[in-house]
Amino acid sequence: MRVFVCMSYVPDTTTKIRFKEANTQLDDASIQWVINPWDELALTRAVELKYDAASPVDEVEIVMVGGVRCEPILRKGLAIGADKATRIDVEPLDAFQTATQLATYLQGKDCGFIVCGIESGDYNEAAVGGMLAELLDYASVSSVSSVQFDGDAPVYQRDVANGKEQVKVDGPAVLIVQKGFARVPKIPNMRGIMTARSKPLDVIPAIEVEPLVEFVEYAAPPAKGRVKMLNTPEELVRSLSDEAKLL
Amino acid sequence: MNFQLTEEQIMIQQAARNYAQRELIQDVIERDEKAIYPTEHIRNLAELGFLGMLVDPKYDGGGMDTVSYVLAMEEFSKVDSSIGVIISVNNSLVCYGLEKYGTEAQKEKYLKPLARGEITGAFLLSEPGAGSDATSQQTKATDMGDHYLVNGVKNWITNGNTASVYLLMAQTDPGKGHHGINALIVDRHAEGITLGPHENKMGMRSSDTHSVQFTDVKVPKANRIGEDGFGFKFAMKTLEGGRIGIASQALGIASGAYELARKYAMERKTFGKPIIRHQAIAFKLADMATEIEAARFLCLKAAWLKDQGQPYGIASAMAKQYAADMAMRVTTEAVQIHGGYGYVKEYHVERLMRDAKLTQIYEGTSEIQKIVVSRAIESGDI
Repeated sequence: MRVFVCMSYVPDTTTKIRFKEANTQLDDASIQWVINPWDELALTRAVELKYDAASPVDEVEIVMVGGVRCEPILRKGLAIGADKATRIDVEPLDAFQTATQLATYLQGKDCGFIVCGIESGDYNEAAVGGMLAELLDYASVSSVSSVQFDGDAPVYQRDVANGKEQVKVDGPAVLIVQKGFARVPKIPNMRGIMTARSKPLDVIPAIEVEPLVEFVEYAAPPAKGRVKMLNTPEELVRSLSDEAKLL
Repeated sequence: MNFQLTEEQIMIQQAARNYAQRELIQDVIERDEKAIYPTEHIRNLAELGFLGMLVDPKYDGGGMDTVSYVLAMEEFSKVDSSIGVIISVNNSLVCYGLEKYGTEAQKEKYLKPLARGEITGAFLLSEPGAGSDATSQQTKATDMGDHYLVNGVKNWITNGNTASVYLLMAQTDPGKGHHGINALIVDRHAEGITLGPHENKMGMRSSDTHSVQFTDVKVPKANRIGEDGFGFKFAMKTLEGGRIGIASQALGIASGAYELARKYAMERKTFGKPIIRHQAIAFKLADMATEIEAARFLCLKAAWLKDQGQPYGIASAMAKQYAADMAMRVTTEAVQIHGGYGYVKEYHVERLMRDAKLTQIYEGTSEIQKIVVSRAIESGDI
């Protein structure tokens, strides 16, 4: 069974964010790009399923929308254990454009399921997974915490209020996953790093899609206020009452 | 000149950093305090391939270059230099020595499981009376025809208890001086081997250090590395590479302490401003950053020379001496920047300062490295 993992790339969390062109674009000159953390967990679990003898998953393919600069990210995904990577050769502009590119490539491809991290660590829109399911006309299953198998049929476990829910879906589904799908991201081993270059990394042309979103202006969040150390509960009450006006 | 790391080198650096910052940090203080060997971490790092990362894949190693090794050693040692020394001894002394000078049969039997990290190795050169003067080997390997009979004591042996394979230097023909020394592969559990107590060290406390006594230990002739009398040259050649590992370990200790000191200096306020804005602290950090960068270049240069197949003995001696002495200076300043907090265990820098001291002593003291460099100056090699 083949599994697709949709991956995006985001600035490393230690990156200093700057803007350019009158604050209408992200200044990416000194950004170190990394795998989107939620997608890294998705890939980790997909690779674990590949090596789990009780699972029918035997092939993991990464799909990413991005320019040539994201190839090191894709090779890291291959080093982690994916068998193949496909790069759709266009910079992602918004969720709709990204989801449409992914859907065009994935349409009709034989697979057990498609996994998407819940959101990207930069724009945090949490939109691509749901859009992709809609465009493919597949079921979307959100908050998936694990995948088991009933024979060859996947059974998805969802975290719901006060419990768990087991879900079965006819045909492939788009899984939207967050923390908990895998414990921690898999660290690539030496063999994985050495073999990453010999695994296929296909580049396919993008289709023409107009984004639906225009980014009007970026703004940095306001500077954090000063921290005030209080020594007694009375000082805390007085501060909340007199200064913050919360009591 | 190209200072750009390759994609693979960056991936290895990140892999080591992730493991160190995510896993090693969790129990490093407890392991140091109680002198606990990091069994579980070594198993995990073996699975990731770090225990034999320099070994050719045909002997089940990672096939990585020495530059990658420097990057990984720095990242591990920033957090836990005991892990650094275990990896260094296994990679650059034991595996390297066997791969470079061992027979195919020796590589098949010993190198492969060492490279896979299923077992670890130890390098037995120092003796109670032979440290810097390694030519004065008192341990005897008496030639008995088809085997050697080993008697004597080895000191300060990293991985002494946990190793399965010993690479032992012992004197076979005292009349030939250091040309009579042989290098032998010895099974740690061979009859006649007894361990001294675990050394209660000042630093690197999570690594396992013992003296090892040999009493009539039989070692087959097939376990000798190289020709009769090759042992001293074997040890010196192997240590040339080992010094790159320890230099990188010292580099990591220093950069770990520097990163903690920088963070602390940005957060800690005195007289109304972060202490990094006091010139007395800012200049300390500037010196630390510059010295660390200089040591990093020395380490990478030595590694690059080794990867290019060029002589690297002088470069590795320079890197080891400078990085070790620098690590002592930088960690001492890191404690000073932390003030009283630097003197307690939970802030990590006191441990790094204790660990740094050993890098000036083992695998050739800083003074021995200066002998190597000064002889090269006199002979015109540099």
